[in-house]
Amino acid sequence: MTMPFYVAPEQVMKDRADYARKGIARGRSAVAVLYTDGILIAAENSSATLHKVSEIYDRIAFAGVGKYNEFDQLRIAGVRHADLKGYQYSREDVDARSLANAYAQMLGQIFTHEMKPMEVEVLVAEVGLLDSSQDQVFHILYDGSVVDEDTYSVIGGDAEAIGARLEAAFQPGMDLGGATAAAVGALAGPDRTLTAADLEVAVLCRTSDRRAFRRVEGDELTALLPTGSSTA
Amino acid sequence: MTLPSFSGSDDPGPSFADLLKRTRPADALPDRPHDLAIMHGTTVLGVRYADGVVMAGDRRVTSGNLIAHKTTEKVFPADRFSGVAIAGAAGPAIEMVKLFQLQLEHYEKVEGVVLSLEGKANQLGQMVRSNLPAAMQGLAVVPLFAGFDQRRQQGRLFEYDVTGGRYEEQEHVASGSGSLHAGTVVKLGFRDGLTRGEAIHLVVHALYRAAEEDSATGGPDLIRGIFPVVATISAKGYERVDDTELRASVEAIIAGPVQS
Repeated sequence: MTMPFYVAPEQVMKDRADYARKGIARGRSAVAVLYTDGILIAAENSSATLHKVSEIYDRIAFAGVGKYNEFDQLRIAGVRHADLKGYQYSREDVDARSLANAYAQMLGQIFTHEMKPMEVEVLVAEVGLLDSSQDQVFHILYDGSVVDEDTYSVIGGDAEAIGARLEAAFQPGMDLGGATAAAVGALAGPDRTLTAADLEVAVLCRTSDRRAFRRVEGDELTALLPTGSSTA
Repeated sequence: MTLPSFSGSDDPGPSFADLLKRTRPADALPDRPHDLAIMHGTTVLGVRYADGVVMAGDRRVTSGNLIAHKTTEKVFPADRFSGVAIAGAAGPAIEMVKLFQLQLEHYEKVEGVVLSLEGKANQLGQMVRSNLPAAMQGLAVVPLFAGFDQRRQQGRLFEYDVTGGRYEEQEHVASGSGSLHAGTVVKLGFRDGLTRGEAIHLVVHALYRAAEEDSATGGPDLIRGIFPVVATISAKGYERVDDTELRASVEAIIAGPVQS
């Protein structure tokens, strides 16, 4: 029987974090931006059927980047968590904070105890019922750390550069067009132009009846995108 | 509450009912003592018209010979393009509707696509079937299901029996204690391609006549302003008909020739 080599816990955690970060960096990024009527979520995604942005509950949306099968597993677990909670208590009792905590627990557990960490970052966004002061965006990392964001959030490999561009473009109280321009401009960067076919965009709209989640697609999205090569 | 997670063979997929079964033990159904008063909802119907289907239900819930509630709603939207109406034991029926609505939404969110109308009708059949043990003890639930089939571009109607049997009807359906009388009125007044207004008037009339003959069916109450729940389901989706429109319909029936 061979003895395993001793590896310092610091080294194990660092290796796992590097592994997860590398996996996440391979995929494209996603951003969430608060605007007057709700929250806009935009992701660079050339597939029209494999979604990165989805509906979790009446006022809650999900976005994931990294390995598709892993964040899709988290998405389905989130839908189940929310639907069960809404059934057992009431629809009003389902909130993004508790879902973000549940994700954090699961990701943290897997990061520390499993062979392989999940190569994902996810966003959980909830649009407030009355005004934007109740809007919430949680950014959950591969190791289970949670960040509560109050204006915009970026997930994915190129997060720092995209975040810097979004910081410059973001203004409080933007309308849907302004928010789309800011989000898409930040995702594209100065050298590229993204068209509707390269993007997956959805909003959580405060003024909707019950289910606030709505995809912005096709002609509606094209009309919102900045024309020409100018990037916001 | 931690995130629900399942191993491969135990995964409930997009079924909310299976998900519930795996997360909480089955409800034991107690033996029902014979004198236990059960609330019953009665008389719901559905009629096809030119643009889709119209569903209607009276507002009365009875408990034995007593009127338990005057303003209960028995017609519900199941999702954007379908509706469900219930007759039978009120408690289990309302629970069944709640689970059915959840199931359709849960499927849509997990799978990313909406179930076909046929699929929704079959789902409801399975839920009625699973209620059979309770039905044997007198807690039968017999729903109607109607919706606008977006693939075929037409309205469709389904009725069920207590065993979960699913029967599609082409023209009209009725369920509950007043269904015999309401169904007869609809049968006499029905023709192909009714307009929206004609179809609404027909179902209001049917419920009005059923309430005259059946004590468990509530008629329109002009003094308190209680009218049947009527909804249309067409390419525009599920739309509840406004009380002012129903009031006009009821007043026209009252002003019309007296029938006995």
